[in-house]
Amino acid sequence: MMLATFLACVMLAALVAYAVLAGADFGAGIWDLLSRGARRDAHRAALARAIGPVWEANHVWLIFLIVLLFTCFPAAYAHASVALFWPLHLVLIGIVLRGASFVFRAYASESAATRAAWGHIFGASSAVTPVLLGICLGALSTGDIRKWASPFPVMTGVLALLISAYLAAVYLARESRDRLLRDDFRRRALAIWWCAGAASVATLLVARSEAPRLWAGLITWPPLLFVIAGALLAPLSFVTLQRSRFGAARLLGAAQIGVLLLGWGAAQWPYLIYPDFTVVGAAAPPSTLALTASTLPVGVAVLVPALWFLFAVFKSRDRGTSSPGV
Amino acid sequence: MSPLTAARVQMELSLGFHMIFAAIGIAMPAMMLVAEWRGIRHQDRDALRLARVWAKLTAVTFAIGAVSGTALSFELGLLWPQFMAFAGPLIGPAFALEGYAFFVEAIFLGLYLYGWERLSPWTHWWCGAAVAFSGVMSGVLVLAANAWMQNPVGFQIDANGQPAHVDAWAVLLNPAWPPMALHSTLSTFQAVGFAAAGTYAWTLGRSNRHDRYAREGLGIAMLFASGTALAQPIAGDVLAKRSYLNQPIKLAAMEGQFSTERAAPLRIGGWPDPERAETRYALEIPGGLSFLAANDINAEVMGLDEFPRDEWPNVVVTHVAFQIMVGTGMVMLGVACWYWIARWTSRRADDALPPLLRVALVFCAPLGFIALEAGWVVTEAGRQPWVIYKVMRTADAVTPVADVWASLALFTAVYTGLLVILVSFVRRLRVSDVP
Repeated sequence: MMLATFLACVMLAALVAYAVLAGADFGAGIWDLLSRGARRDAHRAALARAIGPVWEANHVWLIFLIVLLFTCFPAAYAHASVALFWPLHLVLIGIVLRGASFVFRAYASESAATRAAWGHIFGASSAVTPVLLGICLGALSTGDIRKWASPFPVMTGVLALLISAYLAAVYLARESRDRLLRDDFRRRALAIWWCAGAASVATLLVARSEAPRLWAGLITWPPLLFVIAGALLAPLSFVTLQRSRFGAARLLGAAQIGVLLLGWGAAQWPYLIYPDFTVVGAAAPPSTLALTASTLPVGVAVLVPALWFLFAVFKSRDRGTSSPGV
Repeated sequence: MSPLTAARVQMELSLGFHMIFAAIGIAMPAMMLVAEWRGIRHQDRDALRLARVWAKLTAVTFAIGAVSGTALSFELGLLWPQFMAFAGPLIGPAFALEGYAFFVEAIFLGLYLYGWERLSPWTHWWCGAAVAFSGVMSGVLVLAANAWMQNPVGFQIDANGQPAHVDAWAVLLNPAWPPMALHSTLSTFQAVGFAAAGTYAWTLGRSNRHDRYAREGLGIAMLFASGTALAQPIAGDVLAKRSYLNQPIKLAAMEGQFSTERAAPLRIGGWPDPERAETRYALEIPGGLSFLAANDINAEVMGLDEFPRDEWPNVVVTHVAFQIMVGTGMVMLGVACWYWIARWTSRRADDALPPLLRVALVFCAPLGFIALEAGWVVTEAGRQPWVIYKVMRTADAVTPVADVWASLALFTAVYTGLLVILVSFVRRLRVSDVP
């Protein structure tokens, strides 16, 4: 049972990694869709440059998460697959279209018109997919997973969208060398901060009536700790942004999302899907859990240096511009 | 359309689509590395250009392969929740290991594609080597899951019909796994090798002059194409011998063998008629099947009549797909031999290809992919009506959701559109190669 709990924590950690890394990649697509004004093309180039080398690696966190879910908690996976048949199918269409349109735009566009068309598909699917993913996550807490089109999941969907856009703007402000671009993304991040903050509060309020068990969990110790931490981190990250301390803002932005998801996980405990499956109740046989857990050190030993190398090459500020090898 | 039919078609569509990109993603990096290695080593600009063009193709196909593969990891549950509720803990560890391999592949592909100017040439090359290695590994590990569906071992079924006494290591180290992994991995290199060879043979024909670049491309592609074309019949034979032991009914369907007999003939071509329980119009080699299956021309081979009718796979589909796979394999083997004979007997290295050989190579361009898809049909259609051989029927695994037809329609539209766009992309990539 310890193992099941441990693996559920690993899944939560993978969810945090997916949210702070791939979330920002979705956000980049959202800003691509919304980019306006004289520096529109510069924005789009910066966005594509930022996510090009890393988006596929970031995307793998989702695959890792889903594989852990069906390996370690097969009954919960099967149940969610039936209940969330449509939102998950739409997530898949979103993921497929987004990946395809991104590479088609980068490599396979002869004319400006095709590039623009792929850009629209890329932007639209980048905006829709996090909403749907947020809806699926929210539906786990409502008490009836089949009612994913109800207020609470819809609020978590909106929140996922805003968080993605926020993270992307903060990261891009940190990564842009051009002063004008940096300022553009900074102003966008500050604007979205207000929206995301309002949406967080609204989601909490909706949870009171629409996801009462989650709400009850959130206002008790220790999940309350995460709520308080989130409430403290949010203004800090606003202030760092305002003062253009982008390194700190990036760290605080990611920490905020991490705290939010950890708080959700703590309040959701001991359920995977409330009220149908608990972590322990849905767990796979011990031999499977043991084998899966024993692969983790191998994975960490391989992936941590590899990921460090990837981000060191592409995400440190002092390097030259990167471009696809075409 | 019943949900079962719709779910099966959606799964077939999704896998058949994904497989093309997965195959390119596994095999292309190795070819790209050979080109880059030659480019760095001999300061060969043509070879480096090839590496860059192949990297571009890898970038696009890997991305499509990654997202369509993600779709599959969800579709397993969306379409077959009962299967996954049962089999998740058994095949899951293989997928978890595959996840690491895929992670490594994605990380180093990012470094490779965007690192041409940032990394030193050899560091760059080693990043590509990590892509090639982990690509092969992820394919091999996915096959561990499929091998278990063909040969389910390492568990018992408890009173509630759930797996009990699971031995996760026994599941993973399934004896059916190595031959399947070998045969399938070879097929990806064969498919990509012949497709590339055909493309450059075509280019050489069009430009009608000494084109070093296309010649280099053809040479590297044929290295992979002919190596695998030679090895594949042996790997296939090992796998067929496995089926003889583990899944005799599949072997019977592949061969159109309706009744159990000694000295069973090898049937080439032909059309099985399940109603009359006979395979007509086939060229029969006496004792051939017994020999191939058991190394003994008098060995007994089980026929379909040993099994209840409701456990038969679709014999026509399985047999015809098998004939297509073997037939295309033989054609490719012949053309590969012809190519090397022509090269060794030509006086100068840059002699033009004989025109007929060039036509043959172009003809072979799609055959590797046809063989790949046909082989997949053999192994999956041949396992029906079971999703887990002799443990769970496909009909019992399907989702209770009624509107699978609608998700099928959606996926069909998206995948068809992407395929059309990709074909036009590859065509332009080839044309723009011509200097």
